[in-house]
Amino acid sequence: MVTAMVTARLSPGRVGAVMGRNVDALRSGPSYLLVLVSGFFEPVLYLLSIGVGVGSLVGDLTVDGRTLSYAQFVAPAMLAVSAMSGALAETTFNFFFKLKYAKVFDAILATPVRPVEIAFGELGWAMVRGSMYTGAFLVVMTALGLVEPVWALAALPAALLTGLAFGAAGMAVSTLMRGWQDFDLLSTGQFALFLFSGTFSPVRDYPAALEWVVHATPLYHAVELVRALAIGAPGWGQLVNAGYLAAMAVAGLWFAARRVDRKLCV
Amino acid sequence: MIYARGLVKRFGDFTAVDGIDLEVAPGEAFGFLGPNGAGKSSTMRMISCVSLPTAGELRILGMDPARDGTRIRGRLGVCPQLDTLDPDLNVRENLTTYARYFGISRAEARRRADELLEFARLTEKAASPVEPLSGGMKRRLTIARALVNEPDLVLLDEPTTGLDPQARHLLWERLFRLKQRGTTLVLTTHYMDEAEQLCDRLVVMDGGRIVAEGSPRSLIETYSTPEVVELRFGLEELDGYAGKLEGIGERLDVLPDRILLYAPDGDGAAAEVHRRGVNPSSVLVRRSSLEDVFLHLTGRTLVD
Ligand SMILES: Nc1ncnc2c1ncn2[C@@H]1O[C@H](COP(=O)(O)OP(=O)(O)O)[C@@H](O)[C@H]1O
Ligand SMILES: [Mg+2]
Repeated sequence: MVTAMVTARLSPGRVGAVMGRNVDALRSGPSYLLVLVSGFFEPVLYLLSIGVGVGSLVGDLTVDGRTLSYAQFVAPAMLAVSAMSGALAETTFNFFFKLKYAKVFDAILATPVRPVEIAFGELGWAMVRGSMYTGAFLVVMTALGLVEPVWALAALPAALLTGLAFGAAGMAVSTLMRGWQDFDLLSTGQFALFLFSGTFSPVRDYPAALEWVVHATPLYHAVELVRALAIGAPGWGQLVNAGYLAAMAVAGLWFAARRVDRKLCV
Repeated sequence: MIYARGLVKRFGDFTAVDGIDLEVAPGEAFGFLGPNGAGKSSTMRMISCVSLPTAGELRILGMDPARDGTRIRGRLGVCPQLDTLDPDLNVRENLTTYARYFGISRAEARRRADELLEFARLTEKAASPVEPLSGGMKRRLTIARALVNEPDLVLLDEPTTGLDPQARHLLWERLFRLKQRGTTLVLTTHYMDEAEQLCDRLVVMDGGRIVAEGSPRSLIETYSTPEVVELRFGLEELDGYAGKLEGIGERLDVLPDRILLYAPDGDGAAAEVHRRGVNPSSVLVRRSSLEDVFLHLTGRTLVD
């Protein structure tokens, strides 16, 4: 309800201006562009080395009664991972820098723009960046024959929702960061998720206790959702996955906007 | 433009602004003068509608900051104490991108940016990153940025602190132009000469309170004498001299490094000092300034 109230008064123009600031920043800085491009290649390299390389040793596996090559199994997970990292890169490091060091938001808050509009604008920009990764990755997957073109289209919104959820959560976490050292913790967490979210082997192969922990974590839901769509076998379970991610996005946004207000408007 | 009654700002149990009353009229150049920690910036942030008052009544442009913050900020130009220029953008983009936050169209933003770069004498630096600019240039850019929405009220928090004299004079000249155009200016400073140069009216703040209010001239007339004699005495203990000088002029202040005599007639007072057999290493007769007003009001010098 709080979110509904806040959204009602959002100005699209001001949210757009916050996003536009990041486009302008991108144009001014070639080094930033480099970071952007490297963010795309990382999951592609994983896909090639593990999906295709390790896949040749592992052989096929069966998911939901379908037989998949290992690369077909891993590729959707890498898609979810790339959506996650793309959004997180923007809403953690870059967001934190703007919040704490560059005083970009201090400057913006002296204009009509409100904290919640900053949160929406920053997340919107993270989505723009994330969807570039996602789109490019889907093209690679399709080209390698790892997904049917129709299901690639279906997986796209799932990957975008993944970016939205992680972007919002990342932004919320960034407002709690004390300094750069806290980001090591974040990277470690991100890497743990990367390894243990049913990315490289089905979660049912995990020990039972771990399986339950995994069920509570976000990347698992993202991988389940994206994979189900990419392999063309969505079920009711995917509504739970999508609901989890949507709730995460809303909670993250709300918390981040509140924290920006508390931190900067004193 | 600004109306405040019993304005209070607390941070935890610390009271930074302790119940101040203010009124600023359109076209006025109004100053807050006070040492570090007086509560000037806290007051300015409340007026800029980025920080809400803890207590008291505040009206900016006839509106309530708690309800109409967005609308008020749209009509303000804010130059914060510390520059908040965007390091990822070049000089010109710092203006055009900022204009977008006010809902100004791209074309209009470009037009205003060119005009303001001219105003801030930064046209040659338009494509430069912000980082390598000198302090004075950054400050001029911040002020130019504050003008991008053609504000009704411009707030400047210590616009020239930390700048060399040349950069300060250039800034003063630019601010003076704004004032002549009829823009309402509110600024804080701990420089007396700045307040005397730019402000029609000012308040002296200390410890979160307003201790005096008036035009620079009237403050000097009320709280000081027309002239001041500054006496310095090598390395000796000054208190010993204070007794001998008692009664010369209207008042006397002993500072760590000098003694000040307040007198309507400085030369006469200086002559009297010599007549009493006191021989300072240097004697300076000068006109009274706001510095003297501040010293009188608070018992402290303004800039240590
Ligand atoms: N955000 C804050 N939290 C706690 N104390 C603050 C904060 N901002 C200012 N203060 C304190 O309030 C007092 C007044 O500060 P300020 O308004 O910046 O004074 P000035 O601008 O006159 O130097 C100072 O003692 C300062 O330490
Ligand atoms: Mg200050």
